[in-house]
Amino acid sequence: MMPRTLFQKVWDAHVVSQVPGGPALLYVDLHLVHEVTSPQAFEGLRLSGRRVRRPELTVATVDHNVPTGDRRLPIADELSARQVRSLVENAREFGIQLFDLDSPDQGIVHVIGPELGLTQPGMTIVCGDSHTSTHGAFGALAFGIGTSEVEHVLATQCIVQTRPRTMEVHFAGLAQLGVSAKDLILALIRRIGIAGASGHVIEYTGPAIRALSMAGRMTVCNMSIEGGARAGMIAPDETTSSYLRGRRHAPAREAWEGAVESWALLQSDPGAAYDRRIVMDAAAVQPQVTWGTSPGMTADITERVPDPDQAQSEADRRSYQRALEYMDLRPGTPLEGLKVDRVFLGSCTNARIEDLREAAQIARGRRVASGVRAMVVPGSRQVKAAAEREGLDRVFTEAGFEWRNPGCSMCLGMNEDVLGPGERCASTSNRNFEGRQGRGGRTHLMSPAMAAAAAIAGCLVDVRAYMRASTASTGSIDNAMRTEIALEGHLLT
Amino acid sequence: MQPFVSHTGRVAVLRRANVDTDQIIPKQFLKRIERTGFGAFLFHDWRYRSDGTANPEFELNRAEAQGATVLLTGANFGCGSSREHAPWALADFGFRAIIAPSFADIFYANCCQNGLLPVVLPEAAVSELFQRCAATRGYEVTVDLEARAVSDAGGLRVSFEVEEYRREMLLRGLDEIGRTLLDEARIAAFERSRLALSGAKG
Repeated sequence: MMPRTLFQKVWDAHVVSQVPGGPALLYVDLHLVHEVTSPQAFEGLRLSGRRVRRPELTVATVDHNVPTGDRRLPIADELSARQVRSLVENAREFGIQLFDLDSPDQGIVHVIGPELGLTQPGMTIVCGDSHTSTHGAFGALAFGIGTSEVEHVLATQCIVQTRPRTMEVHFAGLAQLGVSAKDLILALIRRIGIAGASGHVIEYTGPAIRALSMAGRMTVCNMSIEGGARAGMIAPDETTSSYLRGRRHAPAREAWEGAVESWALLQSDPGAAYDRRIVMDAAAVQPQVTWGTSPGMTADITERVPDPDQAQSEADRRSYQRALEYMDLRPGTPLEGLKVDRVFLGSCTNARIEDLREAAQIARGRRVASGVRAMVVPGSRQVKAAAEREGLDRVFTEAGFEWRNPGCSMCLGMNEDVLGPGERCASTSNRNFEGRQGRGGRTHLMSPAMAAAAAIAGCLVDVRAYMRASTASTGSIDNAMRTEIALEGHLLT
Repeated sequence: MQPFVSHTGRVAVLRRANVDTDQIIPKQFLKRIERTGFGAFLFHDWRYRSDGTANPEFELNRAEAQGATVLLTGANFGCGSSREHAPWALADFGFRAIIAPSFADIFYANCCQNGLLPVVLPEAAVSELFQRCAATRGYEVTVDLEARAVSDAGGLRVSFEVEEYRREMLLRGLDEIGRTLLDEARIAAFERSRLALSGAKG
């Protein structure tokens, strides 16, 4: 038997049929749905008189469009309210489980899937959202699809896919103090470019990846799409099974041991070949901040705004020039010291309990700089509740951060959480495109710890200056906190 | 889906690389629950200034772009978000084909689902087309999916590659769901074999 990569194993196990020389029809184990990319899909089903083939494999939530303020109030924007109502009606009509605004499990779709134990190794998972790649952190094959494909999956529980190529990204060594999963993935995108992995599924390997918590692995896989990848995957291990043990939809009791055994087989075989291989030096990665208008336009916090005239090509020169104009930056300006107006701690990239803990460690006992408006938007109701049990909400509010309700919020600004024109924002989200967070808004992407530090400093700053002697490396929680949480029995990680 | 066999039309040029779907259709327009009407919002923040007036600098607002049905643009077109609203907006605006050196994966698939043909041509060919378009008022090309070629009245002819599966779907305007459901017995068989496996695992 030919040695196979993790990707090949998962792909092969899901092929329903295959057109010779053409795409495969893959079975979908989990179809996640949210309110923005589903209305037209359900309408299509209605118009063609079709049913959802597997309602029990379909799970919905509301996240992109929902307010993060007072949830007792009705949604102010009529179109948003209508869109949320449509999903409620569609879920009822087609028999799909929906975690709506009243549900204690509501949240960003790529946060709730894993925390409910719905996301599991070896699965195929799709959703009408490009950051579906997040779930690959569990060794699942997970990718984003468009609304027409959402309709196709609803009707057939399958997706037509051309087999992508494979890329191994090996992170050798270990990340240094103050360097997180977010910095690792930004460093990769800097190196390969935003189309560097087009047509490929990336498998992340190496000690720096193994050292990451599930939250860190999700951050890495989440932003695989920003490097152009079809999906990102990390082989499951004990970190994965520890995370899943006891979660609501994880295999329970008699089925657990068998599941863990089968997950152990989800590794790339020795000698398995990838189409491309890249080695990254994790220890050389510095805390990152993006300076431009794509995730690839990123630099070390210790670096300066680049000079477009130094760009590799004429096309790059033009796009750097345009980015600097949009971002109101001059070549040679140190990134450290750039004043920020807003700080956003949230999004499917970095709004899990581990991310909030990392940010809280920086915020504890300090104050948000005057003139800065800083928001914390937990990734789900469960994350919010856990953070409140740990007292993180008080850490943030005492420091002057707003403590809000779960949703995609200012990652894309579909709700009221938007940047005003010209406002500069330190953000833990995943895209810094022109206008992404609000027309004319200027986004700098970074890790949760870096964003918290920017809130305190009032400008972009090297988080390592803020790290306390007691903080363990890569933002893992310190021993005192771990004991307290274990005693409470609420350890979610 | 409207079939695409061959189309001849005027070319509009957007000479930028990495045009992302947030630019093609900004988020505030994703609140709609219909599939139609997105053309009015295509490239909204580039087409219109903050005060709502048309931006005369934007390529698609220029006189020579009016009535164009083929968009010629740079590498990695359609990167970013998976929003299918992006090809809906382009098609609703009037485009039937997009020519670029490369497209983002999800965007490419979304275009095909809507009868909007994404054509990948080598950088050199795209450069040549940029030049011809700049040099010729009312420049037109013919995009022939049957022959897999782009040509113009000036003798240019460039072949392009397209997956046979996609080509057939587009040529015949096929409904992909209907096509997949022809294979329903195999889907059911797969599901049965799954149940048997999980039963065996106990």
